[in-house]
Amino acid sequence: MSAAELVPTIGLEVHMHLATRTKMFCACRVAYDERPNSCVCPVCLGMPGVLPVMNARAIELAVRMALALGCTIPDLAKWDRKHYYYPDLPKNYQISEYDQPLGVDGHLDVETPGGVRRIGIIRVHLEEDAGKLMHAEGGGDYSVVDLNRTGTPLLEVVSHPDMHSAEEARAYGETLRQLAVYLGVSGCNMQLGQMRFEPNISLRIGTGPDGEPRYTPIAEIKNLNSFRSVERACAYEIARHRQEYEADPAGYTLERLGKETRGWNDAEERTYLLRSKEEAHDYRYFPEPDLVPLVPDRAWVEGIRAGLPKLPGQFRKEMQEAGLPRKIIDALLQEDQIAKSWEDLVSAIRKQPQAKGWDAKRLTEIAHNWILQDVRRVLNERAIPLTELRNSHYAEEELAKLIVLVETGVINRNTGTEVFSKMIATGKSAAEIVQEGNLAQVADAGEIEALVDQTIAQNPKVVQDYQGGKKASLGRLIGETMKASGGKANPQIVREILLRKLGG
Amino acid sequence: MSPTESTARQVRDAIARREASAAEVTEACLAAVDRLDPQVHAFLSVDHAGARRRAAEIDRRLAAGEPAGLLAGLPVAIKDNLCTADGQATTCASRILEGWRAPYNAHVVDRLLAEGAVIVGKTNLDEFAMGSSTENSAYGTTRNPWALDRVPGGSSGGSAAAVAARMVPAALGSDTGGSIRQPAALCGVVGVKPTYGRVSRYGLVAFASSLDQIGPIARTVGDAALLLQATAGHDARDSTCVSQADQPLPDYLAALEEPVEGLRIGVPRQFFAEGLDPEVEAAVREALAVYERLGAKLTDVDLPHATDYAIATYYIVATSEASSNLARYDGVHYGHRSRDHADMIDMYMRSRAEGFGDEVKRRVMLGTYALSAGYYDAYYKKALQVRRLIRRDFEEAFRKVDCLMGPTSPTPAFRIGERAADPLAMYLSDIYTVSCNLAAIAGLSVPCGFTGAGLPVGLQILTDVFTEDRLLRIARMYEREVDWVSRAPALVAGGGGGAA
Amino acid sequence: MALSREEVLKAGTLSRIRLSEEDVARFASQLSDVLGYVDKLRELDTRGVEPLAHALPIHNVLRPDEPREGLTPEQALAGAPESAGDCFRVPRVIDDGTSA
Repeated sequence: MSAAELVPTIGLEVHMHLATRTKMFCACRVAYDERPNSCVCPVCLGMPGVLPVMNARAIELAVRMALALGCTIPDLAKWDRKHYYYPDLPKNYQISEYDQPLGVDGHLDVETPGGVRRIGIIRVHLEEDAGKLMHAEGGGDYSVVDLNRTGTPLLEVVSHPDMHSAEEARAYGETLRQLAVYLGVSGCNMQLGQMRFEPNISLRIGTGPDGEPRYTPIAEIKNLNSFRSVERACAYEIARHRQEYEADPAGYTLERLGKETRGWNDAEERTYLLRSKEEAHDYRYFPEPDLVPLVPDRAWVEGIRAGLPKLPGQFRKEMQEAGLPRKIIDALLQEDQIAKSWEDLVSAIRKQPQAKGWDAKRLTEIAHNWILQDVRRVLNERAIPLTELRNSHYAEEELAKLIVLVETGVINRNTGTEVFSKMIATGKSAAEIVQEGNLAQVADAGEIEALVDQTIAQNPKVVQDYQGGKKASLGRLIGETMKASGGKANPQIVREILLRKLGG
Repeated sequence: MSPTESTARQVRDAIARREASAAEVTEACLAAVDRLDPQVHAFLSVDHAGARRRAAEIDRRLAAGEPAGLLAGLPVAIKDNLCTADGQATTCASRILEGWRAPYNAHVVDRLLAEGAVIVGKTNLDEFAMGSSTENSAYGTTRNPWALDRVPGGSSGGSAAAVAARMVPAALGSDTGGSIRQPAALCGVVGVKPTYGRVSRYGLVAFASSLDQIGPIARTVGDAALLLQATAGHDARDSTCVSQADQPLPDYLAALEEPVEGLRIGVPRQFFAEGLDPEVEAAVREALAVYERLGAKLTDVDLPHATDYAIATYYIVATSEASSNLARYDGVHYGHRSRDHADMIDMYMRSRAEGFGDEVKRRVMLGTYALSAGYYDAYYKKALQVRRLIRRDFEEAFRKVDCLMGPTSPTPAFRIGERAADPLAMYLSDIYTVSCNLAAIAGLSVPCGFTGAGLPVGLQILTDVFTEDRLLRIARMYEREVDWVSRAPALVAGGGGGAA
Repeated sequence: MALSREEVLKAGTLSRIRLSEEDVARFASQLSDVLGYVDKLRELDTRGVEPLAHALPIHNVLRPDEPREGLTPEQALAGAPESAGDCFRVPRVIDDGTSA
């Protein structure tokens, strides 16, 4: 078998923290960077006598994600206990879903340099996270445990081994993350450890005599928490498998050696063996007797499905067709509400009579400019989602009217920003605010010329700098003129007149 | 009214009518505990100060005309596998939880406190409720008040003995395979295991999660009904606890005195087979004759899977769940940690070896084995399939009869040490009781006589799920016709309490 | 069904319970007795019988996503055999990546 015929076969298991307020089975806050053991209760501490109770919102978010991934939601899902002993796992078992998970048989379309690849998803299920085991500060000969994270709801997405390169694995991870953030299912904040990856890598080494594909042993790499490490670990493993196989084609196979668990050493950029097949954990799964099964009501599931926004994949296509650059697309797809607002804003602008004749490219660019700058600024300032902003008088129709005022020169862009803030605060229309504040742009050439003359007279040094070759000084002169006009002068006209007068 | 002779209801009523104060009732019980418990060893901890404070508070409320609850002033004892946050330890009679103080109350404890009960102390049990004699306690065995050289039964032996010896009028126990009913039978008191899901398990230290239930132990059916009323009902913290909408909580006391007209009693032939002590059988058959005289109709029924197969099923299901529930006792976050250990794994291995007694170790290992790779289908899955067959046996039977009756225990109280060396023989003590837990139905034991040697015998009555009101009425029908309750162990009057 | 010494030791390790040689001998015979008894279940034909895992036909017991105050670190650590600051203290663990 030639080296070229060895096909990397990669599956990815991704865990993400759900965007709930409380933990999966108790009412403790989901917390990050807090004092150790300050977000705990008898239930998540696994004290004697406690019992778990399911978090309704976690179920809802899980179903939302599963549906967005095209999964089937089965009639019954049940919980199981997965046993192993570790100091960050207070009950020494994890409540998870073993053989009847919440979602099965989905897919995710991933853009790769080679085109769009559809990666199959085997299952989506819920489980609880463990705490944090850390080494003692100052290198003491002991370890310490913080259980704040114990019980945080985890969504696990398991893909088919459909990826054939490290780049594809990375792209899949990034696309999955975008979808989760977009849907509000998870913040997927990598710094906070809200997303973790476990690639399973092997090489297909041809077909056996029975016509079934044969593989090198499957290596599962535990606990990667960045896209970079996913890509590098996969690349490393592919190379390692090649080497091992070429050294021992008869022995280095899945039949002989089974599955092994490996860790990734980021500093040394290599994997290392944690557990061989023989040392694999016996998790002793059995149905969790303290929790009852989930029987998702069909109407409720369809309600969630109906409430799904247009998915990023579809939006991306439309935005690409509209000519938006990649960076802008990524920014708009940060959140489903943002993308939808952009789409609605484009429609709203189109409806404005003054916008007849504006070409599509101009429309879409103006719209994303306002959404990503002004709308997002207000959202960030107030730390609220867009749905809440609508309570404060945000509406795309009104913003469209404001945009028209700017584009037709009634007010300049900066004034437009101020007007937008006032619209959100007061609920008044753009036109009202402009009139009340007498904010209309000064476009009269005569008035502006007078202001320009004033600026030139008051700033001889700057004028000298400009005429001496310092082009940047023009900006300063424009600024001074704008200031003198109370911000209302049309900056284009100011610039033209200045250039004329200074002979530039 | 004497707090150590009257029933719980009589005591409660006297306090409510201000004929006696909660303080004097509590004092009388504390005095009984101080006098008798050195011989019986029913209690692991007695909270003299706490009980007195509570009693005083109840008296204050009653004097001020404030509502004080269904059980106002009633002294009760709590099995030590129920969490109490009152400063008393919750040890489950194990060294692994020696001195552990729960930061929260079990739901049933909250309920008792809300209804004005006075918690006197925590009672002894087989370690982690695993056993049928209370000999598996790490803190000494409890003695049967009727014969101090004999076991009180288990695992709720402490609670049953405390009530039988009239130290307290009522107590709570837990029942996984018979642990309320069997000690109640051996101690000559009433013990009720409610339908699974009737009473919240929140705060009951879990042994076998799909089998455990908390229930009352008292001297009369009416007293048991009173305690059940106070503790049953929905709790949002227990997902396996039935909702008020699905199964509204009845008033167990309202119709208690009403006999069940046209009562049809099923007598399973499997409950009267080999291994049943002849004196026990005689007393039970005499009780059945009483029911016949009252107009009940007896029918032979067949429960093909309810005895031997049920024991086999139980010792796979219960031990599997126990091996999982007890995995948390590892010396990391609470409880006993071994002093010398080489590393983390060694710490786990030594802490658990030092903290657990032999019976617990056996069951944990058995359960681990039954769940392990390669054995799951043959043991655990198979057991769950037989469990369904057991359930079907009862469903079949309850289509034809209103209840099933038989002996609670195959023998009266055995001698301390007699079965300790033979775990399997000990397990067979539960042969009539385990099927009830596996099928999740309701059951109780009511005293029905004594052997020639003066050892109590219990009649077990089983009814279908969520029919405790009928179960209690059926038991009351019999209790009204007899007077076993007036007979007290010699110990109580100051006698020796030795075996004949 | 007799348990070998190795099987008893394995059960002990899986259960994280240290067993002395004497324990192994004693438990081997006792556990074998019990396993022999439970083997009785093989006599029953259970083909097609659905396992009964949950005692009652209850489903979908959920709670709202509302936070509630829990324990303080002092309370959480109150029963800890060893602690270091606000954390539980344990022997040094070589990371074998078991923690997910």
